[in-house]
Amino acid sequence: MSVLTPTQPNQGLDGPAPRPQRRVGFSQRLGRWDVKLSPYLYISPFFILFAITGLFPLVYTAFVSVHEWNLLGGQGDFVGLQNFSDVLAQPTFWKSLRNTFSIFLLSSVPQVMCAIIIAALLDQNLRAATFWRMGVLLPYVVAPVAVGLIFGRLFADQYGLINGLLGVIGIEPIRWHADALASHVAIASMVNFRWTGYNALIFLAAMQAVPRELYEAAIIDGAGRVRQFFSVTVPQIRATIIFVIITSTIGGLQIFDEPRTYDAQGLGGADRQWMTTVLYLYDVAWGNQKNFGRAAAIAWILFIIILLIGLVNFAITRSISTSGPSKKAPRAVQRARRKAAAAALRAQNATSPRGGSSARRPSAPTSAPNDRKKR
Amino acid sequence: MSSIPVVAQTAGAGAARAAARRPNRRPVRKGTGGHTRRPGWVTYTFLGLVLLISIFPLYFTLILGSSTPAEISKAALPQLLPDASLFTQFAEVIGSSAINFWKAFANSVIIAVITSLSVVLFSTLAGYSFAKLRFRGRGPLLVFVIATMAVPTQLGVIPMFILMSDLGWIGKLQAVIVPALVTAFGVFWMTQYLSESLPYELIEAARVDGASMFRTFWSIALPAARPAAAMLGLFTFVQQWTNFFWPSIVLNQENPTLPLVVRSLQANYFVDYSLVMAGVFLVTLPLIVLFIFTGRQLVAGIMQGAVKG
Repeated sequence: MSVLTPTQPNQGLDGPAPRPQRRVGFSQRLGRWDVKLSPYLYISPFFILFAITGLFPLVYTAFVSVHEWNLLGGQGDFVGLQNFSDVLAQPTFWKSLRNTFSIFLLSSVPQVMCAIIIAALLDQNLRAATFWRMGVLLPYVVAPVAVGLIFGRLFADQYGLINGLLGVIGIEPIRWHADALASHVAIASMVNFRWTGYNALIFLAAMQAVPRELYEAAIIDGAGRVRQFFSVTVPQIRATIIFVIITSTIGGLQIFDEPRTYDAQGLGGADRQWMTTVLYLYDVAWGNQKNFGRAAAIAWILFIIILLIGLVNFAITRSISTSGPSKKAPRAVQRARRKAAAAALRAQNATSPRGGSSARRPSAPTSAPNDRKKR
Repeated sequence: MSSIPVVAQTAGAGAARAAARRPNRRPVRKGTGGHTRRPGWVTYTFLGLVLLISIFPLYFTLILGSSTPAEISKAALPQLLPDASLFTQFAEVIGSSAINFWKAFANSVIIAVITSLSVVLFSTLAGYSFAKLRFRGRGPLLVFVIATMAVPTQLGVIPMFILMSDLGWIGKLQAVIVPALVTAFGVFWMTQYLSESLPYELIEAARVDGASMFRTFWSIALPAARPAAAMLGLFTFVQQWTNFFWPSIVLNQENPTLPLVVRSLQANYFVDYSLVMAGVFLVTLPLIVLFIFTGRQLVAGIMQGAVKG
């Protein structure tokens, strides 16, 4: 690499001649360090920032949760699991959990069904396809707070548009802000409004990846459009359906913006009938109680619930996508497994760092093994 | 395609050229019945209905914004078309002393722009490193990144708040910006994209030409990552613009973002729905404008993310 003997013997060791070689050596060493260190340097911003703003707070939440801790007073005595037992003894906590799950069920089930239907409609040889796709995505750019306010008006108890329309077809006005279930329906409809089109596009992408040969075979077997949909499309995009359900779950369990803006008080109604768990956490920490210890306990309980549901989902996804219709070679099966695993993980990504109650990201898995359209 | 020589022999060179061109011009999905046929009016009616539902809440906002509170309390939909009084309402929202509209607007822009740029830059850097460079611990670290996406970090709000208040950042923009500077999803997304679309040959060529590691990244990887980077930036922008939970905790009325303005409009003017709705529309408008210009990319981004898997 470096020449040991000077090229010009008549010059001394300290002479200018070895300089070029020394410089080459130095820059090569620099180059080697460059190659060795650069990868770490490039990934370090993410890891450092994530450690500080993502990982540390989560771990520290556990520390806060076993202490008496107030917004104003700061850290107090160690109290063990006192905060947890306090939280679990609060009827409001259980109510918030009930509300959260109720809103989640009311939003995810119709949302997935509507999204699949819309995707099937879009998965045709449409005129102005981009226009229709953009059309269904439009609600995505409306902030959840704005959606909450607008729907709060649409679902107004008196002189609300929905009640007005119900009156036209002879149904008594529904007390959307007073009745627990009705308020859950209203809040779920906000979530559906914002996310149905987004999920429809995910399904659409999965549908377009279904091999067209399967439809040909179905047609030869005499299947009509509806039969094709239920016997080919739906089974083929099963993994994607599960993925969307998982994202809905995890986003839905942290819902905050919509219930917060559903009325002017923002505390989940007079009887806390639509107070969700994250809203409860917010109220305990920054509302009247200003009790950080207890709020941290709520955060941990919710964290564990989400983690458990995530694991269950992960297991289901795995078993379904491996027992799915995989007639292909083992490689394809492996790919499907990998995808399902990645999907389940990415699904959880829905719970973004402070990304709002229902922040989801642009990604989804494809369906069964033979997912890619043959070109 | 193998039939083209046959066409050339039987129908002449011109016909062969036409036949060769045909698949490029319009990819025909053959023999799939409904998929090649143009759909009928039923499809368009249904899609039109969906579109109507998408647009209706915004239209409803405009209508309420142009009505008076008295009219709103009498009828659910006081008029059918928005009118000029909307602009007086806009002016009133902007001039309202209870909210800092322009400050909120500027804050929202600052936060969304800085976080988008930073997420794109850091994600591309890390994604390039994971996708194309070899280093010890690469596999486990990438698994770690993917695993962190499964962690609901939103639930760490309480220590985050304590941290921000120790730093004296409560009420300041950096409290919102700093935690949003990187996302695990962004790293994962760029790793996926670059590992598929950046050929090793390009990197090697740059290295052979004597480019340093960073120069290679800057001149080769960054341009190659542009399409995915644009989508990532766009999604980060929308997400930060609509973000409410964390800003509502660390920011206040003196230094708000637009979603906080919506909330304080609601809390301050809850009797005057007309004004509140005008404000809601005003806050939503910038993203709608953005959507009109970049909606195509957003659609492509969602669908691409789905197919990439």
